[in-house]
Amino acid sequence: MSKKRSAEEYQKTFAFRFFRWLHGEKDPYVGEVEMRPQEEYHVDEEAILRHEKEHDAILDRVYSEDNIELKAFRRLYHVTSILFCLFLIALLLVTVSYLPATGTIERPVNNEVAVRYIESGLEETGAVNIVAGMILDYRAFDTLGESHVLFVATITVLILLRMNKKGSQGINDRIFEPKNDTILQLVATFLVPIIIIFGIYIILNGHLGPGGGFSGGAVIGAGLVLYLNAFGFAKTERFFTEKTYKWVCFFSLSFYCLAKSYSFYTGANQLHSVIPKGTPGAILSSGLILPLNIAVGLVVACTIYAFYAMFRKGGF
Amino acid sequence: MGPNLFTNYGEAVSAILFCIGFTNLLLQNNLIKKIIGLNIMDSAIYLFLAEKGYIAGRVAPIVVDGVTSTEAYINPIPSGLVLTGIVVSVSVTALMLSLTIRLYMRYHTLDLDEISTLLKKEGK
Amino acid sequence: MTAFQIILMGILIICAISVSFSKNLLNSILIYMSFSLVMSILWICLESPDLAITEAAVGAGITSVLFFVMLKKIQAIEIIETEKKEASEDE
Repeated sequence: MSKKRSAEEYQKTFAFRFFRWLHGEKDPYVGEVEMRPQEEYHVDEEAILRHEKEHDAILDRVYSEDNIELKAFRRLYHVTSILFCLFLIALLLVTVSYLPATGTIERPVNNEVAVRYIESGLEETGAVNIVAGMILDYRAFDTLGESHVLFVATITVLILLRMNKKGSQGINDRIFEPKNDTILQLVATFLVPIIIIFGIYIILNGHLGPGGGFSGGAVIGAGLVLYLNAFGFAKTERFFTEKTYKWVCFFSLSFYCLAKSYSFYTGANQLHSVIPKGTPGAILSSGLILPLNIAVGLVVACTIYAFYAMFRKGGF
Repeated sequence: MGPNLFTNYGEAVSAILFCIGFTNLLLQNNLIKKIIGLNIMDSAIYLFLAEKGYIAGRVAPIVVDGVTSTEAYINPIPSGLVLTGIVVSVSVTALMLSLTIRLYMRYHTLDLDEISTLLKKEGK
Repeated sequence: MTAFQIILMGILIICAISVSFSKNLLNSILIYMSFSLVMSILWICLESPDLAITEAAVGAGITSVLFFVMLKKIQAIEIIETEKKEASEDE
């Protein structure tokens, strides 16, 4: 136990002074140091302006047309990049000259994977078009990712080009719409149904011949764009708005996910799948490929129409 | 030089196209021409892949009359890969074009040199 | 068939070079469109009709339409800006 101190003794200790300073009861500088009120700060506007002018002048001199160093750098950049590209061409051509000859069977690409796809593709997927069977059955996960790439690209373009609704951009851009062009409208009346029917044909025949969801969706999207160009936004907004896009994309992508999940689950666990393969060559055959083609086609068609509409007026 | 430069003319053309697109990317000041250059590079790669899978004297991989022997068809794998690539390149193009529109709304020029000069002047 | 392919590939290279040397932006977009069309014929020569139909619809159709509509948008922005400037000068 420490010894007890009297109050006088305590006032001499360091701790007492420290706590007095800490609680602000005594300012140690009062009376010890000379103090003056701070000088009032005032902005020297002329100096700032002069400084900015000098800065601008320097920038103008640096980035002007007459700057020799900049010119020299640009010329050096051009020369170097041309030389680099020539070097790259030479390098690639030398590499190409050592590759195995085109059109022969001995190339390393023609390995057992391709043999497997060709030999048992018809039997396992039921699709006559081996490429469609490959991208929508063996490699369906790949195609799912690709559909999502399209969806994400649409969302990003929407974020980038969304005009504020109060701003003049969105309204004024409609001035540049075609205004009831008779020739265009007549041609569109004939062509749009044909184009859309052709697109549907390509989608529905994706497993029987060349085509599929991507090309057919692009054709349908092109038909919609032609219709939009001929008749303006007022007519297309009757059947295609942002809501339509959202629901179509949501249902197509989630249908794709669920259908392929079922197919992967049954395939991996050696279970019996309820989806019939059908006779190869019939329109209702090849299991899941036809519905998946339709889903992909819907996503692609909506995406292409959405791109066009967003580039035109920044929104649907 | 190897022996197969003139036999592999398709791959040679794709290499040249790739370099032309790359030169476009490096040297063009205009943003739209840069984007076209990138698209040309894409096409060159697709051409290269398709040339890889081509086998002379065989037909497209669509089963005719139930013939499923390997001797009859070309390699289907490059076709599937390129089909994926073409569609992705469209979405990439749309994304780049929308970025270009935003740049134009801000700086009112398509010239990349002018844009970078304006940027440096602004960043004082 | 080989000679036809070589001619098509020559056209491809000519198109790719002339994109960068044309002064007009619209011209270079049109040249790129013809590039895609020639490419889609080349896919048929390489026995890939799937690619040909996709390239014709997507490459030659949709991409060019996007380029065109972007040019139009830029002209629209330009016109709106000049109108705004004139309005502010009038005030």
